[in-house]
Amino acid sequence: MNSKKNYILHLADNGLILAQRLGEWCGHGPVLEQDIALTNIALDVLGQARYFYQYAAEVDGQGKEEDFYAYFRDEREFKNFLLIEQPNGDWAHTIMRQFFYDNFMQLVYTSLLSSSDKQIAAIASKAIKEVNYHLKFSSEWVIRMGDGTDESHKRIQDAANNLWEYTGEFFVPTTYETEMASKGIAPNIASLKNDWHTRGNEIFSEATLQVPQATWFQSGGKTGTHTEYLGIMLTDLQYLQRAYPGNSW
Amino acid sequence: MTTIDLEEQFMKRVAADEKVEPKDWMPEKYRKTLIRQIAQHAHSEVVGMLPEANYISRAPSLRRKAALLAKIQDEGGHGLYLYCAAETLGVERDTLIEELHSGKAKYSSIFNYPTLSWADMGAIGWLVDGAAILNQVPLCKCSYGPYARAMVRVCKEESFHQRQGYEILLTLCNGSADQKQMAQDSLNRWWWPSLMMFGPSDADSTNSEYSMKTKIKRFSNDELRQKFVDATKPQADILGLTIPDPDLKFNEQTRHWEYGEIDWEEFHNVVQGNGVCNKIRLRERNEAWDNGKWVREAATAYAEKREQRKNESKQVA
Ligand SMILES: [Fe+2]
Ligand SMILES: [Fe+2]
Repeated sequence: MNSKKNYILHLADNGLILAQRLGEWCGHGPVLEQDIALTNIALDVLGQARYFYQYAAEVDGQGKEEDFYAYFRDEREFKNFLLIEQPNGDWAHTIMRQFFYDNFMQLVYTSLLSSSDKQIAAIASKAIKEVNYHLKFSSEWVIRMGDGTDESHKRIQDAANNLWEYTGEFFVPTTYETEMASKGIAPNIASLKNDWHTRGNEIFSEATLQVPQATWFQSGGKTGTHTEYLGIMLTDLQYLQRAYPGNSW
Repeated sequence: MTTIDLEEQFMKRVAADEKVEPKDWMPEKYRKTLIRQIAQHAHSEVVGMLPEANYISRAPSLRRKAALLAKIQDEGGHGLYLYCAAETLGVERDTLIEELHSGKAKYSSIFNYPTLSWADMGAIGWLVDGAAILNQVPLCKCSYGPYARAMVRVCKEESFHQRQGYEILLTLCNGSADQKQMAQDSLNRWWWPSLMMFGPSDADSTNSEYSMKTKIKRFSNDELRQKFVDATKPQADILGLTIPDPDLKFNEQTRHWEYGEIDWEEFHNVVQGNGVCNKIRLRERNEAWDNGKWVREAATAYAEKREQRKNESKQVA
């Protein structure tokens, strides 16, 4: 039961922390249309997170609600990818983070459509439409920057090089993922690796970018060992609930 | 036809409540007045995203976070339609944005006040969007077609924002003493600036007369302000909050709420750039725009390359 809860929280935390990061762009985008587009993605992934937190509450059976899991868990209990909590940086870093994530999550949600857990499959069937769009958006921007100006090419290549080390974690299963895979609830994530690379390579080649060759990858996010950024994000996110506990808002 | 004839005909059409469309002849003054007003309105939507964006990361529940994000996104959308409406008058969006960033163009002064608590997300929706609605509903009938049509869509969303803001405050006012205090403090800070949103009093309003005559505007600043006070006072009562105006009293004869003297010195100060956040807002807008320059350039360069490749492949075929 714990594995299932942990797996659902992992999916939820990814959405919440990504929304938190994308929300920082709101009002600060390079042009109004893109500001709005990024907020759209933030809203989609926040919506996905809420479905998963609500389901986690149900699985948990403690009578808690979605906000409890977002606002009253500590840093070491959060299970999002390290990639997701990395700072926005410039537009290139934000887009590359999004592309790496979308490329992966599109594969995850596709296989979750046939999850043996009906509720997860139902959430996936809604999320897949959104993620298809996100992947299109981030892929197009990777290409646009890669094949744009010298400056944009350099910036997006730098972003890829800087963020690459946080992508390895996608494919190394935690114990909760292994258990979920054995029950047909979650995909065997190691098996998504080839597709992720193939599709990534296609976009990189169209964008005239070099696929980073580094082979050392960071890990730990999925089991709660984060970079220093997450704690600060949570301080911000959880502040009101923690400062005035027991109230409704 | 001479310009005088054209102008006479134009005024007749406007008087008969006919809509003016982008291709129609219009007096230069009308065009300029509209561009100034629509641009100022568009800038207000966009700068107005900043004070609320200040609380996205700290929204106290996931539901509130989603609603706030969506609200701010709506404001960005309003900015977009308004810039488009201004463009129909023959001015480029980038030119208008540069005027905002250089400090030449104005935006609503209300956004030069800081957001200091979660309750401000409620007060902004309730009071600021509320005042905006009163200013904007008459604009749905404005003589210039594209502006009027943009306003219909904007107003629908603004009334949703207002209800959402009020509901934030209602929740706080039904909550703990701390929460209620947060709401009262917020009303104390936003009340007077909200009254100032309607602009100078009619006696001192320089741009109003022409706008009224050409039906860009349909009610005077003071008329709208009075409507606002009359509508808001009973809503504050339901919340159990006190409007920070010791002179506020109901006049049985006029059936209106009479309010105290507005601090016009503060108003002019903020308009002139001395509000707490004037410099901060403009700096933030400028930074976003400057940091986005290479992104916009990349998008243009890529679009050009694509176009060129398409033409080349056509030639080959
Ligand atoms: Fe608006
Ligand atoms: Fe609004």
